[in-house]
Amino acid sequence: MYAQLVQSEGGKSRAEMTPREIAFQERIDRGEKIEPKEWMPEGYRKTLIRQMGQHAHSEIVGQLPEGNWITRAPTLERKAILLAKVQDEAGHGLYLYSAAETLGVSRDELMEMLHSGKMKYSSIFNYPTLTWADMGAVGWLVDGAAIMNQVPLQRTSYGPYSRAMIRICKEESFHQRQGYDIMMKMCAGTPEQKAMAQDALNRFWYPSLMMFGPSDKDSVHSAQSMAWKIKMNTNDELRQKFVDQTVPQAKYLGLTVPDENLRWNEEKGGHDFSEPDWAEFFEVIAGNGPCNAERLGARVKAWDDGAWFRDGLMAHAGKQEERRAALRLAAE
Amino acid sequence: MTTRTQDPAAEPSAHRDAFVDWLQRMGDNCLILGHRASEWCGHSPALEEDIALANQALDLIGQCQFWLGLAAEVEGKGRTADQIAYLRDAGAFRNALLVERPNVDFGQTLMRQFLFDAWHMEILRKLKSSSDPRVAEIAAKAEKEVAYHLERSADLVIRLGDGSAESRARMEKALKALFPYTGELFTDDAVDQAMAAAGIAPLPSSLKAGWDSTVSAVLEEATLAHPGEVWQHKGGKRGVHSEHLGYILAEMQFLQRAYPGAVW
Repeated sequence: MYAQLVQSEGGKSRAEMTPREIAFQERIDRGEKIEPKEWMPEGYRKTLIRQMGQHAHSEIVGQLPEGNWITRAPTLERKAILLAKVQDEAGHGLYLYSAAETLGVSRDELMEMLHSGKMKYSSIFNYPTLTWADMGAVGWLVDGAAIMNQVPLQRTSYGPYSRAMIRICKEESFHQRQGYDIMMKMCAGTPEQKAMAQDALNRFWYPSLMMFGPSDKDSVHSAQSMAWKIKMNTNDELRQKFVDQTVPQAKYLGLTVPDENLRWNEEKGGHDFSEPDWAEFFEVIAGNGPCNAERLGARVKAWDDGAWFRDGLMAHAGKQEERRAALRLAAE
Repeated sequence: MTTRTQDPAAEPSAHRDAFVDWLQRMGDNCLILGHRASEWCGHSPALEEDIALANQALDLIGQCQFWLGLAAEVEGKGRTADQIAYLRDAGAFRNALLVERPNVDFGQTLMRQFLFDAWHMEILRKLKSSSDPRVAEIAAKAEKEVAYHLERSADLVIRLGDGSAESRARMEKALKALFPYTGELFTDDAVDQAMAAAGIAPLPSSLKAGWDSTVSAVLEEATLAHPGEVWQHKGGKRGVHSEHLGYILAEMQFLQRAYPGAVW
């Protein structure tokens, strides 16, 4: 999931709600979509900005670990596919920033919050991509986990978010397939390639499980977001679903999931598995992961180095406007 | 009138070698410029630019696959486009020096792209009527993509040249740095003569007037002074490159070199 630990505002009981808030909640309960110009509780608006902003930032920062291998892609075809994928991610960022702008926050303001550390992006992108197999693992596991969260979000209550998610999901399933395709090639390849694939799974398994956020018992913000249909499933539900989907895929590849406690539980109809190291998760979120400094540093550098470019375009637009005004004046 | 004294079989083979060489020039230009554009992925000044550059790199890599694929076919030695791209050393690369110039800043990246796009558009237009239908077909497809590349790069050169004091200074500097690498695009050598004689491709020198007129018009609107006649570097199309190409290839070819024969 690209939005972890999103703090939710509100959390009022029905008795505490104003009649307007009750009417709003009833619209959501009926499955109606909330549109930009309509009234909404301030907590709903703020929570959505946080979640959509974090999601958009994740797409943008998410270009970096994969962009890391574009110039080293092993064939022209793989290079083209990876370029297309990273381009899609930038496009997803653009849809999501645009959707967030309908809530009264500008893209520049959101960028500023990312750069200052006030807003986060998914913890997963703070892990390094060390081999070509990581391009497979990122597509297979990271995009797989993202889809798990994003498919239900197509039904989220906020119209622009829901519509953005519908477009994004179509592209994400293509991304996941291409990731799995890389893994299949690696696993059918030389012993060195197969070892690379196993190593990638070993390194990305637990960080992928962390993408769904902390366990439900420790997740304090879920209830309100679920009532508002900003969040559709609990963290643990989605994590379980992800594990159950991924384990047979790993088996098909001939890879071993790095968890000694992983086994099928007939009674619950799902796998038992080990929790990721939540201490590590909170450290990564706090900025202490292996690539936090590089990832955020790269984004801040891109923004700062590009200031002259954006200012130059604005200056040109200003000159054009002056010229048009002078022409109008001359014509009068 | 000249009397032919060589072995009659030598001519088709010489022609074939020239054709392969020429196709590699087309493919290598796309490959190396695509590589440079892709270096910006996730690092450009605005989200729209990230998308545009990735898209452009994608177009160029796609065109490279067609050109090098045809080079492999014409060569007839059982090589693939990937083997040509990934298993040659720098001296066998045939791209112009312009496309291997480093990105430096977004201004130089855009100026390099514009100077190349203006040439690319000229040659593709002519190649649509190539005597070789395979060349004509690739050119027709690529021309649609390159028309968009040129529209975009020319527009940005104009806006940044006629923008703020800083953007203008950067574009001026970029033009001064890159213009000396454009002359090579219009020099004719034996390979070009052979291609022109066979009706496969125009002589590079014949593209100069069209390129000049596009470049002059854009520079004028961008309020940038045309550098005029300046010393021109040469060598790329006959395999004598700058130091930069070796590093591009070291990065690009790493996996193919480290794991020979592996399938990816």
